[in-house]
Amino acid sequence: MKMKKWLTLMLSMTLLAGLAVGCGNKEETNTGTNGTTGKTAKEEIYFLNFKPEIAETYDKIAKDYEAETGVKVKVVTAASGTYEPTLKAEIAKSDAPTIFQINGPVGYQSWKDYTLDLKDTKLYSYLTDNSLAVKDGEGVYGIPYVVEGYGIIYNDAIMKKYFALADKAVPYASVAEVNTFDKLKAVVEDMTAKKDQLGIKGVFSSTSLGAGEQWRWQSHLANLPLFYEFKDNTSVKDPVQAGLQSNEITFKYGKNFQNIFDLYTNNSVTKKTLLGSKTVADSMAEFALGQSAMVQNGNWGWSQINGVDGNVVKAEDVKFMPIYTGVAGEEKQGLAIGTENYFAVNSKVSAEKQKASIAFLEWLFSSEKGKKYVSGELGFIAPFNTFKEEERPADPLAKEVSSWMSKGLNTVPWTFAAFPSEEFKNSFGSALLQYVQGGLQWADVEKAVIDSWKSEKAK
Amino acid sequence: MQKSIKKYFALFALPTILAFLIAFIIPFILGIYLSFTEFTTVNDAKWIGLKNYVRAFSNQEFLDALWFTVKFTIVSVITINVFAFLLGLLLTRGKKGTNLFRTIFFMPNLIGGIVLGYIWQLIINGVLIKFDLTLTSSATYGFWGLVVLMNWQLIGYMMIIYIAGIQNVPKDLMEAAQIDGANRFRILRSVTLPMVMPSITICLFLSLSNSFKLFDQNLALTAGAPAKETSMLALDIYNTFYGRTGWEGVGQAKAVVFFVLVALIALVQLVITRRKEVEN
Repeated sequence: MKMKKWLTLMLSMTLLAGLAVGCGNKEETNTGTNGTTGKTAKEEIYFLNFKPEIAETYDKIAKDYEAETGVKVKVVTAASGTYEPTLKAEIAKSDAPTIFQINGPVGYQSWKDYTLDLKDTKLYSYLTDNSLAVKDGEGVYGIPYVVEGYGIIYNDAIMKKYFALADKAVPYASVAEVNTFDKLKAVVEDMTAKKDQLGIKGVFSSTSLGAGEQWRWQSHLANLPLFYEFKDNTSVKDPVQAGLQSNEITFKYGKNFQNIFDLYTNNSVTKKTLLGSKTVADSMAEFALGQSAMVQNGNWGWSQINGVDGNVVKAEDVKFMPIYTGVAGEEKQGLAIGTENYFAVNSKVSAEKQKASIAFLEWLFSSEKGKKYVSGELGFIAPFNTFKEEERPADPLAKEVSSWMSKGLNTVPWTFAAFPSEEFKNSFGSALLQYVQGGLQWADVEKAVIDSWKSEKAK
Repeated sequence: MQKSIKKYFALFALPTILAFLIAFIIPFILGIYLSFTEFTTVNDAKWIGLKNYVRAFSNQEFLDALWFTVKFTIVSVITINVFAFLLGLLLTRGKKGTNLFRTIFFMPNLIGGIVLGYIWQLIINGVLIKFDLTLTSSATYGFWGLVVLMNWQLIGYMMIIYIAGIQNVPKDLMEAAQIDGANRFRILRSVTLPMVMPSITICLFLSLSNSFKLFDQNLALTAGAPAKETSMLALDIYNTFYGRTGWEGVGQAKAVVFFVLVALIALVQLVITRRKEVEN
């Protein structure tokens, strides 16, 4: 009996002690920050990072910045596909992110209570093109920090091998001549027929359709047909604005989407029915290992290609080609270039923290050290005038984006900034999955897209 | 003894009460309040009355998820308890290796839901790939995958509870029944079953509420694919709250409805099975 009594007493004591320690800790940190405010104003910046693939680099930047200025930068990275939930949870805390990201005008709508007007910051004045920023009336609430491009990445070594074949069925001699969907289709289908000769498993990497892995199709690929549809709306000049103003879409170029999507899935490394379990990382690995000749992705994919163990693709063989879908006049179409990454500063944290956050961003994009990180390790093509020509990133895909921009072609803007919601994209994505698995006809997919746009806009 | 318990009641109960308040009561009340409001984050709520509940119930996905959950719960509660009880019977016979088997069957319960989900995703996809299919090919695979997963995880746990119950059946009752000439099946039906009724109450309650609340296994195994056809209530609530801008309040309303449902079902089940319990 006595034992038992002692045991209960001890258990409750440890519990109480636990509570006490919990409180004690908090107090300690409080006095810690208070104690130093007198001298150097140690403000902590909380940076919520959107891109998991560069999380490590941000940690390094934070360490460097703290060493240089004494300001502590806390970097938290949301796992792939969970940025919005993470932001929603984090921003409600008392220690809220001071710098976060919004994904364009639609994202701004849901976070406008939290975004600070950045009109008077140096960061805004650094922008090469002020129209890129997210604005509302007179205020500037989101500042883009990276311009990215996507298209079809191809392995030039394999393509050269193919064009050198004696029995190839197409009259073209190089990728440069392939500038419409029909030509691309002829080449791809002939390559599939000769895949053993070329030593590949399929022309295209897997069309990843697992949950959270569909963004290359429901955002990036979907951008093309909808861009053409909004461009046809002559009453509004800017296709993104046209998209934002459309309460309904007709999915006029849905057939074009089907063209390229079918081409991807029919000539893929992976059988159609198995695509539901594939991830983006899988398809980048297939490309890096030389199992496929092409993959649709953006210049950010370079780090993934480069990081795969045993990768056989040489940097000089990694090239870009625009996504052709069979729209009239697409010979003049370039890569899809734009941004959905905008910095926003939390308007609800203390003025000191806001100031410190802005200072950090300005340091990152204008100091020598910061710029080195941005172009060297983050691989950002930053849209700021603080970067000189030779300070642009050196990775092959980023270079490709720059060279395609200077070819005088019509770049496709990132119209998906106007897509009504995540829900719209996700229902598009799951319709695509059911389509490749044979559960839906193409007409059903088109209907799902049109209906979902309408219902998401109506709410 | 009685006196000292009264004397130290506050000391012993206070930590628990505090923890209960902080971790349950306060968030719960706040949650109910939030279900009547419109908000982006919990700090800026605006009162809008019952609108969230109307939106929740006019949302087809919620009703689909509810139906899927009900189907899943019925199937898994039956299979889990039948298998667990049979295993319990088998492992109270004093056969060789009883303890080893008990341990083995209990072990899956020690692994977290997310890990279990991914393990079974690999296993099931590994089998289905032979037929050129994946878990996302049809909602049927997801459904049975979840049932298998849930069985695998919970059978061992329920088995332990049943074993405890079966071992508590008085030996003299069994002997008396045997002397009266009852066969094994008769003993099982008329002696063992009524005597282990308390265990059945607990096991039914645990498997029922766990199946209804299933979240991480669902997220890891299928994440609702294809097209949300395999998303259960908890996952649907999560997706509504975090995945859809402007729907946070609706997610909260769904969560309140969810709570009421789970509480109701569990209470009804408890009352029904309690009635069948006999005094030992």
